[in-house]
Amino acid sequence: MTTGAFPEPVTSLIEAFSGLPGIGPKTASRLTYFLLRAPDEQAQGLATALIELKSRTTFCEACYNITEWQPCPICRDGHRDRETICVVENPLDVLAVEKTGVYHGVYHVLHGAISPIEGIGPDNLKIGPLLERVRLNPVKEIIVATNPTLEGEATAMYLQKQLAGLTRVSRLARGLPVGGDLEYVDEITLVRALEGRSEM
Amino acid sequence: MSMYKERLYRSEAIVLRRANFGEADRLLTLLSRDQGKIRVLAKGARKPASRKAGHIELFMRSKMLFARGRNLDLVTQVELVEAYRPLREDLVRLAYASHTVELMDRFTVEGDPQPDLFQLLADNLHWLSETSDLLLAARYYEVRLLSLVGFEPRLFQCVRCGRLLEADEPLFSSELGGVLCPVCNPADRWAQPISQNALKLLRYLQTRPVGAVRALQVHRSLHAELENIMMRYLQHHLEQRLQSADFLRRLRREALDALRNGQGSALTDQGVH
Repeated sequence: MTTGAFPEPVTSLIEAFSGLPGIGPKTASRLTYFLLRAPDEQAQGLATALIELKSRTTFCEACYNITEWQPCPICRDGHRDRETICVVENPLDVLAVEKTGVYHGVYHVLHGAISPIEGIGPDNLKIGPLLERVRLNPVKEIIVATNPTLEGEATAMYLQKQLAGLTRVSRLARGLPVGGDLEYVDEITLVRALEGRSEM
Repeated sequence: MSMYKERLYRSEAIVLRRANFGEADRLLTLLSRDQGKIRVLAKGARKPASRKAGHIELFMRSKMLFARGRNLDLVTQVELVEAYRPLREDLVRLAYASHTVELMDRFTVEGDPQPDLFQLLADNLHWLSETSDLLLAARYYEVRLLSLVGFEPRLFQCVRCGRLLEADEPLFSSELGGVLCPVCNPADRWAQPISQNALKLLRYLQTRPVGAVRALQVHRSLHAELENIMMRYLQHHLEQRLQSADFLRRLRREALDALRNGQGSALTDQGVH
């Protein structure tokens, strides 16, 4: 960008937007231009939301989900089964499982998955706190709900090794997606779906 | 007219790395047989009903059809050739496969087709899927990869004076790229001793066909020496830490700790299952 073409506040917002995932320089400029012409309340609202996002949220000390309160509403809910922990990669996964409405246990958010190539190891994730949590308060079952990607599998296998002997460890089943087409299903999913077939 | 490029092209390829891109896309780094290393976009690959997702996971070997794009080329069709399932179902194998793929990514540049490299990678992933001596598979791969990408260590003659090495105790110099005869030893003060057996094994890996190498039985202590030499050599030439190798060392340490505490078994990267 030519220096001096825009005032500094404009360029710095463009730069800030460009740092967001999935947003390139063009989109960043468009968003900035939009906000420049938007009513004051809209820009103010966005600014307040941004500030509060960081100032009013923190990670739950028990499950490491994002929360406004300590512990988070799920961990403090007396109706939930605290002896079942569902382990997920990130907070959005908690939302996804919660939306199903069929899970009544608690969670543990790892904030990522093991990736040997990218240099992301167990110490970069909330695995230590999970082990600690299980040692302090024994649970009946740990459901490993990491993604069915290579990193998710690596994390699941690592957790299984670490938790062996401490509690029962289970892994989410893999199978066919609703609305999918058998012809296009990959071999690994198909093998797992066959292995995990159920009586009708 | 000779400048005209086909809009579509195809190749077999193995996924070296992948990163999320935009809403639901994936950016893939592939080693293709015909185009060398390429970076391509797989549109919609993160959607649950994607027809591609299950064929473009890390380490997978697939036949792919690509369409030239303005910035990035797109993957339009994928057909799985080999998924190397055992690499996904065993953490130690997975770590070795990561090491294999990481080295390929670091030692290659984009757009330099070398079908031999593709074959080496495919063969090694296959070997890692079925062998009980993962260390041997890894060392063979490293030695051959180094030869193919122009970092072949000199193992038969002194790297400095060219004298043929025989029964004398040489040193191995990562810096100079090979063995040093006793006379030239002072040329690299970081050079490390290498045993006759380790040198013999390295030479064997460098020159013999894979079938002969696969039949070898290598003692654990020799493996340890060789691993040490190769890691130093690789890291010296990459000028970077090897992430997957760090992870492997950690797994090994933890397996050892578990063994001491009377739980679990030793790491299964050589012959133990």
